[in-house]
Amino acid sequence: MPSDLKPVDAAKDRRKIKSVRRMKEIMTAYYIDAKTASDTGKKVAWITSGGPVEPLIAMDVIPVYPENHGAMIGAAKMGVDLCEKAEAMGYASDLCAYARADIACATEDGGPIGGLPRPDMLICCNNICGTVLKWYEVQARYFGVPLFILDTPFTHTEYSPAANQYVRAQLVEYLSFLETHCGKAFDRDRLTEVGRLSVAGQKLWQAVLHTTTHRPAPMSAFDAFFHLALIVTLRGTQTVVDYYTELLAEMETRVAEGISAVPEERFRLLWDNLPVWYRTRWLAEKFAGHGACLVADTYTSSWCGAMPYLDESDFLGSMAEAYSRIYINLGTDLMADMVVEMVSTYRADGLVIHSNRSCKPYSLGQYDIQRIVQERCGIPSLMIEADMTDARNFSESQIETRIDAFMEMLATGCSPRSRPFP
Amino acid sequence: MISVGIDVGSISAKAAAMEDGRLLGSRVLLTGYNAGKAGRAVFEALLAAVGIAADRVGPIVATGYGRNSVDVAHKAVTEITCHAAGAQFQNPAVRCVIDIGGQDSKAIALDGGGRIKDFAMNDKCAAGTGRFLEVMARALEVDLDAFGDLSLAADQPAAISSLCTVFAESEVISLIAKGERRENIIAGIHRSIGARVVAMAKRVGLADPLMMTGGVAMNIGVVKALEEKAGLPVQVSPYAQVNGAIGAALIGAGMG
Ligand code: SF4
Repeated sequence: MPSDLKPVDAAKDRRKIKSVRRMKEIMTAYYIDAKTASDTGKKVAWITSGGPVEPLIAMDVIPVYPENHGAMIGAAKMGVDLCEKAEAMGYASDLCAYARADIACATEDGGPIGGLPRPDMLICCNNICGTVLKWYEVQARYFGVPLFILDTPFTHTEYSPAANQYVRAQLVEYLSFLETHCGKAFDRDRLTEVGRLSVAGQKLWQAVLHTTTHRPAPMSAFDAFFHLALIVTLRGTQTVVDYYTELLAEMETRVAEGISAVPEERFRLLWDNLPVWYRTRWLAEKFAGHGACLVADTYTSSWCGAMPYLDESDFLGSMAEAYSRIYINLGTDLMADMVVEMVSTYRADGLVIHSNRSCKPYSLGQYDIQRIVQERCGIPSLMIEADMTDARNFSESQIETRIDAFMEMLATGCSPRSRPFP
Repeated sequence: MISVGIDVGSISAKAAAMEDGRLLGSRVLLTGYNAGKAGRAVFEALLAAVGIAADRVGPIVATGYGRNSVDVAHKAVTEITCHAAGAQFQNPAVRCVIDIGGQDSKAIALDGGGRIKDFAMNDKCAAGTGRFLEVMARALEVDLDAFGDLSLAADQPAAISSLCTVFAESEVISLIAKGERRENIIAGIHRSIGARVVAMAKRVGLADPLMMTGGVAMNIGVVKALEEKAGLPVQVSPYAQVNGAIGAALIGAGMG
């Protein structure tokens, strides 16, 4: 009977996050703005996902993120086709799928949005990996545009004063690079204002993520993967602050009303590494089917993880440290410390590790992190092998068996809630 | 009450019937291309072999990679949980299970209280699985069933270092071309499986008593290679191949 079915749909409807619509509008407007930049006389800079975007915003340059585009390509299930094209061009299949997809896409304006707008300049920060260096060099040659490289030394165990000096000096060069290529003077007051908005946006993003410490969690990491796009792309703008204020309010309402991301949350899991973009729905349903909510992840929290190092009153000065000490630019021990802290903050019952064929710097050290977390938190972990965008590295039946077995193990294991925390 | 476990693997489908903690019988068939069909066929073959009518059977639990395609089953449980249950039924003290099946191999650590502590499975490559042995048997033109005994006659196992099935196959072919004794090549193949699987088991915790389950356990050469690498005796149950099905039947009976 239809009347019997209604309550089920209503519950599902209640669980839907309403802000999604607004987010889609903002992202659409952003891409239209970027794609029409040449008509409106604005400049476009392609920038790596961990790169310092604030100076671009301060100079009214539209930042465009090939990695965000790579995620869209993955989610649209267009990754395999573009990766194959890059391979036919001579790129190794071992190269990061974002790089492959972007390089191939640029030659044919393919992908879900008909390619990215042509860049006027490229900003490459190697705080995420070394791949981006060669990738951006390739694109700089292809488009014949200037490339700025910001070299952020790896933080093995500590961040040295020498490293700080080195990165700060480059940031000053970055500003003059922008002055040269935008043909106007850099407005430092404007940067202070953008910096203030950037910090405000990051604080709000952190607060949004933090709402999942509530049991049951009002959103899951799968939702975070989606809502992340703004803090990555438009950090330092009022739009971001407004949007996350709205999203935070919605999450707080959900907590108050007891609306959870997963219908019956029995297990709380922590996700490590990038999402599997072409399989987020399948994975979300798989985990939810076991009553498991991925309450947090190391990936989306990277865009607020370096906040302790940011100083609003000296934004430019503190950027060096904040951009050097992001999660993926840390040694394994420091990464493990952060995971252990997250397990405790989010009261996770288990850790799900995505060993990502594309992203070597993120996947290196995962066995050690797994062992450290097991030793220090006493929680079990699961490793699944896949790739964020190249679906050829995803084996459904193998991954399904691993997840099912892991959940069976958690279901019969010791009561997750009685486990001691570090 | 009679319960049945059906384990549909990539190469063979196994079924076992249990009654009050006693194994009534078991059956093994080739899976073929249709997992659902294989599940039904092995179930019917089991009923015929044990001589019971379908309506006398209580809970039926399916496992193995084809577990979700077995329509006669009431429940699907992964092979990890089933192999652990089957192994513990055969030896309650068991602390580590190594299962090598057709398309994957796994290591399961048990906490001694009947629970799984951790598990690991091979990565995507077929190296360290039954399929790997099949490929090698073809390259060597030897019947797979003879592998175990032949390897015992090795005087100096050949070194096979590739971690990839395809590369290992070409290594084997070049060893053949060099005139290396077949027995030594086969022993080398077993050693490479042993090394790979033991490394995986160490990640979850290699412990005594260690039991090997799955069809590959019938190959004495692999068992010996595992013992050598693990430095521990390896128990092999006479029911190794149907261990997953036994575990599934036990889970069905609420005993797993
Ligand atoms: S290797 Fe990793 S960090 Fe580098 S571009 Fe690819 S996904 Fe991003």
